[in-house]
Amino acid sequence: MSKENVVVIFPHPDDESFGASGTISKFRDEGASVTYLCGTLGEMGRNMGNPVFANRETLSSFRKKELQNAVKQLDIDVELLGYRDKTLEFEPREQVAAHLKEKIEALNATIVITHYPGYAVHPDHDALGAAVVEAVENIESSKRPAVWMHAISNNSEKDLGEPDIVYDVKPYWERKLAAIKAHLSQADGMMSLIENHDQTAAQLERLKTERFYRYTFTT
Amino acid sequence: MEAIIQENVQNKIDRLANKKVYVHLETTNGAYASHFDENAYNVGAFIRNAQVEFQHGKIVSTGGSYRVGLKLDLGWVYAEGVTDYEIDDKDRLLMAGHDREGRLMVALEISETPFSHEADPDE
Repeated sequence: MSKENVVVIFPHPDDESFGASGTISKFRDEGASVTYLCGTLGEMGRNMGNPVFANRETLSSFRKKELQNAVKQLDIDVELLGYRDKTLEFEPREQVAAHLKEKIEALNATIVITHYPGYAVHPDHDALGAAVVEAVENIESSKRPAVWMHAISNNSEKDLGEPDIVYDVKPYWERKLAAIKAHLSQADGMMSLIENHDQTAAQLERLKTERFYRYTFTT
Repeated sequence: MEAIIQENVQNKIDRLANKKVYVHLETTNGAYASHFDENAYNVGAFIRNAQVEFQHGKIVSTGGSYRVGLKLDLGWVYAEGVTDYEIDDKDRLLMAGHDREGRLMVALEISETPFSHEADPDE
């Protein structure tokens, strides 16, 4: 049995499924505990289902239920952090970091998975990733969990080099797809974006491996 | 939501005139626009729970999509491209325009009570 306590921290319901559900499945199979701290309810998402079934006011309730279904597929715990979609970068960083530090310590995290600040495309991803790094930096060095960061932007490998951790998640592909599909209002829209992309094969291939950079603490 | 029935929307706008109302106004092409197309720009704006009182408002159509304008004492509220509407169980007028994949491109919503900030942790 793995002794790892993995804490995944992303801002939106579905970030965990697209970005890390293969890795999450691997950890669960090894007996590690996994908790998803979900920053917002994705209230401002553009995808309303296809055909449309949600509106701006009902979207958050749908996404909350979809998240519950996804974490059931992945057999992990979830906690909502209560921020509002699209606004995380405008919250005081130190307040978000203090909030996260408390959660990370309470969960005895040994590995924290988040976005790579500056290489995560969506402003919420960048902001929450930066707050996670600050939170962990504020933990006494002997008690710090490792921080694994997920980079998304097209220039990430050019700038950052090869990721430190690369998992082939094909063995967990069915679970990953089931988790993605649990996000009914979002899955179609995101998948069609990927399928219509100039480099569809490359984008799909990216979903079949999950890559993380390890944060190096300087203090 | 369903396709806009101009008369229903106009009637609701008329009933909301000269009252303190809350407005949610938004347009977006998404945070991933330039990620999936390097020639695209990410643009978006939203205002939530702006409290206004409008003198009169109108919904106007050209070729299936609608524009809505609300005249304030000192300005205007304007949205273009709304196609769908709903008067929900809280008696709010919700309007939105979606692209072919059902993604929201523009929204204008008017309510006599504030819109929620639905983000209560661990309900």
